[in-house]
Amino acid sequence: MNLRTPVKVGDVLKLKVGQEVTVTGTVYTARDEAHEKIVEFLKKGEKLPFELDGSVIYHCGPIVKDNKVISAGPTTSARMNKFSLEILKRVNCIAFIGKGGMSREVVNAMKGKAVYLAFTGGAGALAAERILKIKNVYWEELGMPEAVWELEVEDFPCIVAIDAHGNSIYEEVEKKVKEKLKALL
Amino acid sequence: MEYHDFVEVVVDLLKKAQTELPEDVVEAIKIAYEQEENEIARKNFEIILKNVEVAKKKKIPICQDTGILAFFLEIGRELCLDFDIKKAIIDGVKKATKEVPLRPNAVHPITRENSNDNTGLFIPYIDLDLVEGDRIKISVLPKGAGSENVSVLKMMLPSDAKKIKSFIVETVALAGGKPCPPIFVGVGVGGTFDLAAKLAKKALLRNVLKMDEFEKEVLEAINSLEIGPMGMGGKFTALSVLINYAHCHTASLPVAVNIQCWANRRAEVIL
Repeated sequence: MNLRTPVKVGDVLKLKVGQEVTVTGTVYTARDEAHEKIVEFLKKGEKLPFELDGSVIYHCGPIVKDNKVISAGPTTSARMNKFSLEILKRVNCIAFIGKGGMSREVVNAMKGKAVYLAFTGGAGALAAERILKIKNVYWEELGMPEAVWELEVEDFPCIVAIDAHGNSIYEEVEKKVKEKLKALL
Repeated sequence: MEYHDFVEVVVDLLKKAQTELPEDVVEAIKIAYEQEENEIARKNFEIILKNVEVAKKKKIPICQDTGILAFFLEIGRELCLDFDIKKAIIDGVKKATKEVPLRPNAVHPITRENSNDNTGLFIPYIDLDLVEGDRIKISVLPKGAGSENVSVLKMMLPSDAKKIKSFIVETVALAGGKPCPPIFVGVGVGGTFDLAAKLAKKALLRNVLKMDEFEKEVLEAINSLEIGPMGMGGKFTALSVLINYAHCHTASLPVAVNIQCWANRRAEVIL
C-alpha cells in the first residue's frame, strides 16, 4: 500500500502491524529540539510555520549539503515520547516514521488517528535515494540535525510497526524477550 | 610526512570509514541474513545490505549519524614528527565534515550549541599509544548516539565474576531495538572505572568474526532473546561479542558494555 500526504484517518485506520507500506508526498524531519519547540508553540497557542494535522513527522536528522539530502535514516523515536503525546492531543490525523518504537502511552494516544512506520535504522544512504528534494527548512538555527526539513519523498519504504488500533510490534517482541530473559537468569 | 599530507590522510580515512563497511562486518551481516527466517527481520537485512552497497557505490555516508569521532593512534617510538599530530587530526575532521560530508554532531553538553565542524572540548577523542618501531597506525571509530546511549558501565563485586554474562545479556535486553540491532557488543572487563570503558570501546576495533569460546557463549545467550533487527523480532540481535580484559584492584570488578549498531564503521591506516 502507498500512503499519500496529507494523511487521512481512513487510510491510517486501514494499516495493520507488520504490513509493508510506502510513503509519497511531504514529510517533516523533527527530533529532540524541534519537538521541544513544536510543543512550546502548541502550549502557547501560537501558529506553527508548517501544518501538523495530516502531516508525516520523520524522526531524523539528515546530512544536507548544497541544499541536497546526502544521508537521512531515522533516529531513535523513544526520545520523542513525551513531546509526541502533546502533539497527538492536538491533531486529528498524523503519521510518524522512525526506529525503535514508542511508549505504551504514545501507542494509546495514537488510537484511531495515528500510525507509526519503521524505516530500517542506519540505512541513511538508501533513504536519501527516495528523497526527491528539500522543499523548505524551518528553525535552521537549531543546527543541521535538529532543524525541521520539509522533504518531498517518493515510495519511501516502511513497515507498519505501531498501528492505529493499539498494536505495537515492539511490545510483542519485548514481552517475549522478558520471558526469555527470566528463563535465562 | 608533512602536516598537510597528514590532514589529507585523516580526511581519506574518515571518508572510507563512513562510506565503506569493513569486510568482516559485511560478512557477519550476510551470514546472519542467510540464516534468518523471520520475514520482517529478512526485510530489515535486505535494506541494510542494499544500503551498504548504495553508500559504497555513491561514496556517501552509510548512516546520517556519522557519530562522534574517536581516533586511536599507535606511534612508533623511533619516529620524530615536527608537527602537532592532534592539531592535524582536528583539522582533518573539520575538512572531512565539509567534504565527505559528515553531519555536525558535536555540541556543548549544556548549552547544546553546535560547533558545526565536529570538534570541541576534548572532541574528537584522540588516544595516543607508544609502540616499537617507526610507523604510525591510525584507527578511527565513528560512534553513533543510538548505540552509545544504551551502553552501560557497572562496578560489579569481585565475587560476581560469574554474573558478567548475565549483566551483558540484561544490558542488551534493556536496550531492545534502540541501538539499531543486529548489534556488535564491545566489553571491557577489569581495569578501573575509565579503563573498563576504554577497553570496551577498543574491543569494537577487533575483527568481529574472531571470537573465543566465552564470547560465543554470551553471543548465543543474547540471540536467544530474539529482539531481532531493529527490535522487530528475529534470530539475530547481535552479530559478535568482543571482550577485552585488564587487571583490576582486588576489591573491584568494573565491567563496561559498549554497544555498537550494525553499521560498525571503522577504518585504519599504517603510515
